[in-house]
Amino acid sequence: MPAKMQLTKGNEALAMGAIAGGCDCFFGYPITPQNEVPEVLSYEMPKRGRVFVQAESEVASINMVYGAAAAGKRAMTSSSSPGVSLMMEGLSYIACAELPCLIVNVMRGGPGLGSITPSQGDYFQACKGGGHGDYHSVVLAPWNVQEMYEFPALAFELADRYRCPAMLLADGVLGAMMEPAEISDDAPPPNVPEKPWATNGRNGRAHKNVVNSLVIDPYGLRDHNLKLQAKYKAMECETRWDTRDVDDAEILVVAYGISARLALSGCKLARKKGIKAGLLRPITLFPFPSKQIAECARNKKRILVVELSAGQMVEDVRLAVNGDVPVDFYGEMGGVIPSPAEVCEKIVEAAQ
Amino acid sequence: MLEETILAGFGGQGVLMMGKLLAQAAMEEGTSATWLPSYGPEMRGGTANCIVVLSDDEIGSPVSEQYDTVVAMNQPSLEKFESKVRPGGTLLINKSIVPIKTSRNDVDAYYIEANDIAENECGTNRSANVVMLGALQCIRQKLKPESIEKAIAYAFEAKGQKVIDANLKAFAAGMNAIDAKATAAP
Repeated sequence: MPAKMQLTKGNEALAMGAIAGGCDCFFGYPITPQNEVPEVLSYEMPKRGRVFVQAESEVASINMVYGAAAAGKRAMTSSSSPGVSLMMEGLSYIACAELPCLIVNVMRGGPGLGSITPSQGDYFQACKGGGHGDYHSVVLAPWNVQEMYEFPALAFELADRYRCPAMLLADGVLGAMMEPAEISDDAPPPNVPEKPWATNGRNGRAHKNVVNSLVIDPYGLRDHNLKLQAKYKAMECETRWDTRDVDDAEILVVAYGISARLALSGCKLARKKGIKAGLLRPITLFPFPSKQIAECARNKKRILVVELSAGQMVEDVRLAVNGDVPVDFYGEMGGVIPSPAEVCEKIVEAAQ
Repeated sequence: MLEETILAGFGGQGVLMMGKLLAQAAMEEGTSATWLPSYGPEMRGGTANCIVVLSDDEIGSPVSEQYDTVVAMNQPSLEKFESKVRPGGTLLINKSIVPIKTSRNDVDAYYIEANDIAENECGTNRSANVVMLGALQCIRQKLKPESIEKAIAYAFEAKGQKVIDANLKAFAAGMNAIDAKATAAP
């Protein structure tokens, strides 16, 4: 059936997007607010002869992803904040071993077991390591149900291209809400690149493929790190961002994911009050659109960063503009969602 | 057009379905729509609500501070959400099981015997949600009634023509329920 507009829940769109993106294997452990992802995959994956495993824990899930990715398969897991924390060791191993895979985090309130309500408190974890060592994942931040469907394929593609983990950073609102989205139940299989490094049998090769995250020689590990860093630098060309009404704006609002939706409404309200506000939305949180933000901010009076956190991405925005434009912050924590009117109020304050 | 609505009631009254029907009908018309259910711990206590936003424009926030319309299918929902109606907005109250009137005097309140109408028309109060949707349609008129009828046919397809017909009847009855009597407080 060709893609058609369907009223779809974000988590369900994400699951169908993983299938469209050629996901071969899903491993996961249930947690609110992402349970529709494994629910849908539990029946859609076997139907297509693909692998679905409900693992015994998040630690097991990420290590199953590690194994399947090493074998050259498109492998993924999905969880929410506390569950993703449990996966951090495995993620660091995967990054060191240079394996492509997809980790979905439908964020909820933290720290600790926190709440089941939406939050964006895991930006640092997703973008600044999370696990140990100097590594990065590609991090994508959808802002609507359509992108929840489209980004798993993009994440797999980028992960394969750079041989690195990719993370999809959503939140409880995006997971639970329904919107019309163009979804296909049987998308044509994506072009998956050859993976000559995969440990899927000798296949007549002269050499053995080895997947490893232990580099005991310091100079060897230094060189491996330099290689990883060069890769992260090379990823900059994959930076994605989006804007609304920024050209004539005096106040630039920077927000990602669900915050960008709140901010968009806030900007519209501010314009009704005669304050020219525009939105810049990072789509890739790593690589971060630093240059684009700096450029966009050049003729602006102030920047307002809106997040469902105590202020995490705001640090990267401040680094991006490097003091050229004052940066204000508005955040709510613990699963509280500010209304557009509250965002508007902060825009008005910034404009004064 | 930007129309923000809260639909609230007991779990099992079909308030989430009401919202889905609205969003589905909007999609039929090419109107932007978001549907956001409450999924907090309060669901365990037996109340449910969802927020539906309809717009001709790209929808930013799926939540708001104040709403054009609140539909209260039971008393706790009225008590919880009546303060969320924008001044001049609309409040729809299920008179069949809500014995009190709203404390707001700056909104248009409609008291509809949704359970009784459903019982009389369809022989079961299970269609009270769709009766209320009919009433909502009659008052706010943001979408075409045919689009909602299409959405009803789509949503209940798996349950068979009988269920579709019963709900179409409930929807029509809801649209006809709005008269001078409906605005009279109990």
